[in-house]
Amino acid sequence: MTYARDVVALARKDLLLELRARDTLPAMLLFVVSTFVVFHFAVGSSPSRLAANGLLWVAIVFTALLGLGRAFVPEREQRTLDGLVLAPVDRSTIWVAKSIAALAFLGAAEVVALPVYGLFFHRLSGSAVAGVVLADVGICAVGAFLGAIAVATRARDLLMPLLFLPLAIPIVVGGVGASVAASPGRYLGFLVLYDALFSVVCWATFEFVVTE
Amino acid sequence: MGRSYRIPLPALAASAFVLVTLAIAMVFFVAPNDADQGFSQRIFYFHVSIAITAYACFAGGAWKAFRHLTRRDPRYDLESYVAVHQGVILGVLVLLTGSIWAKISWGHWWLWSEDQLVLFLVLFLFYCAYFMLRFSVDPGPQRANLSAVYALFGVVLIPVSFAAIRLAKNLIHPVVFTLQGPRFGGWILVTYCVAQAAMLVLAYTLYRVELAGKLLDSRLRELREVLA
Amino acid sequence: MLRASGIGKRFGERRVLRGVDLDLARGGFLVVTGPNGSGKTTLLRICAGLARPTEGELEVEVGRGEVGYLGHDPLVYRELTALENLDLYGRLYRVPERRERVGMLLERFGLWEARHDRVGSYSRGMTQRLALCRVLLHDPALLVLDEPYTALDAEGAVLLDAQLEELRAERALLVSTHDPERVERFATAHLGLAAA
Repeated sequence: MTYARDVVALARKDLLLELRARDTLPAMLLFVVSTFVVFHFAVGSSPSRLAANGLLWVAIVFTALLGLGRAFVPEREQRTLDGLVLAPVDRSTIWVAKSIAALAFLGAAEVVALPVYGLFFHRLSGSAVAGVVLADVGICAVGAFLGAIAVATRARDLLMPLLFLPLAIPIVVGGVGASVAASPGRYLGFLVLYDALFSVVCWATFEFVVTE
Repeated sequence: MGRSYRIPLPALAASAFVLVTLAIAMVFFVAPNDADQGFSQRIFYFHVSIAITAYACFAGGAWKAFRHLTRRDPRYDLESYVAVHQGVILGVLVLLTGSIWAKISWGHWWLWSEDQLVLFLVLFLFYCAYFMLRFSVDPGPQRANLSAVYALFGVVLIPVSFAAIRLAKNLIHPVVFTLQGPRFGGWILVTYCVAQAAMLVLAYTLYRVELAGKLLDSRLRELREVLA
Repeated sequence: MLRASGIGKRFGERRVLRGVDLDLARGGFLVVTGPNGSGKTTLLRICAGLARPTEGELEVEVGRGEVGYLGHDPLVYRELTALENLDLYGRLYRVPERRERVGMLLERFGLWEARHDRVGSYSRGMTQRLALCRVLLHDPALLVLDEPYTALDAEGAVLLDAQLEELRAERALLVSTHDPERVERFATAHLGLAAA
């Protein structure tokens, strides 16, 4: 399938760019661990399970934000987006590839961050990890899309959290629910629904973000 | 271009005036006093009808945004913007009236357990970001596209956020949802319907006035350019 | 191949292009000249499909994949090597026998030795040569070149001359320049834009 081949070619490029520039992933890692430490001093040494889970989700959303805000910055600075837009590929592949790259960075940061969280605060349940994985998909899909919008504006870095956080509220609800509820099934289902719904909207409208 | 068979503005303004007057009169003199909350419960008629009207504005804005994306006509961009703008102003009113209602009913200015209030807070934040986005891009096709896409996100966000808020409430203290709200019937229903109609017509009138002003502005600019 | 009648472009209230007519067929070589701010770049972006005219009619008879556009920016990634950049574009444009074609172009534009170097370490002239490789990679039927001689040294300019000479019979070219003398011998038509 040519769509998948284009996505692979573009995602490979995005990962390669990060590998060369190495500015996003280390920043995300450092940020998420620092956030945990700050939280420890903000809430004391033994916060309730609910509070600690809240911390985890705030940390995930803001860490993701850090990476997603930069997703389209290289394209913007070197104006390479024009090159991709000119190519005879479905424009939504650009968004899919960016989302995949963002997911890879966020996933890599979490591979470190979740065990650290377990060490500092509480051990995470299986459903909490499932919630994190499902939430990551939605965060990266919506975040990469909004990153493309944000780089087209003058305010850029300032705008990204403003655009993203209202849309991240349902993700946080689903994620916290999956982490602490006695029956996390409906929260996981809600996250799946969110991912599906917003992915379709992003996929259908991305063309308009990068063209006139 | 736009529809040519629009209701003339003066007729619209007149009917808005009549309906709003009628609604105010009915809310204060016709609707019965609430058994629990007494006279002040009457703010409900405004609160709910403004909220529904705000939703209508957001939906209208998204519809115009969709039309812009399919037709790429800058006129739809303007219409979408004006509709969302109205929605946000009404949204602020919903937050204010809701807050007053919460104070009257429960003694607190803010209640996280009030779904509609929380949802409007989320939507308020979302649409404020819409304005920030618009002000941060130079006028032109790109701004129109970005605004339209974000406005479309809004109509997806409304039901999703609503579901999320319900889910979150369930998490903190499980509640059983029933459809037995305050009994809806007789003069209460009639008064509510009149108030709702008044708000919708008023919002549409203001939308048309704002739009007419903006269109006049841009025509004037075009004319000036031709003369220059 | 490319026909425009009365196209214009405005960004909000700012008008950058007004009432341009042009007709470019296979074998045509249209030279666009005009002072700074006359809308040359905007016109070329419209013709390449990167922007839409706000008025007038534009007919482009070739698909997106058959247009080669050279803009002010090279549209290559500075962190990637020349080879990686061209490989990416080769994949996206579905260039047959990609490796051979990329190698041939790099060789022709004198970049073969530097093919494993990051583009960020290239001089401006080398980057422009790489941009030309990118434009020619998928053997486009319509070439839209915005100031192609910019930053090229004498040798690079001669290379470009040879390319244009080779291409002009079978392709359609739309070239903007500040130095019309340079491309005078290829030109089949001229379009002078006035300051907006």
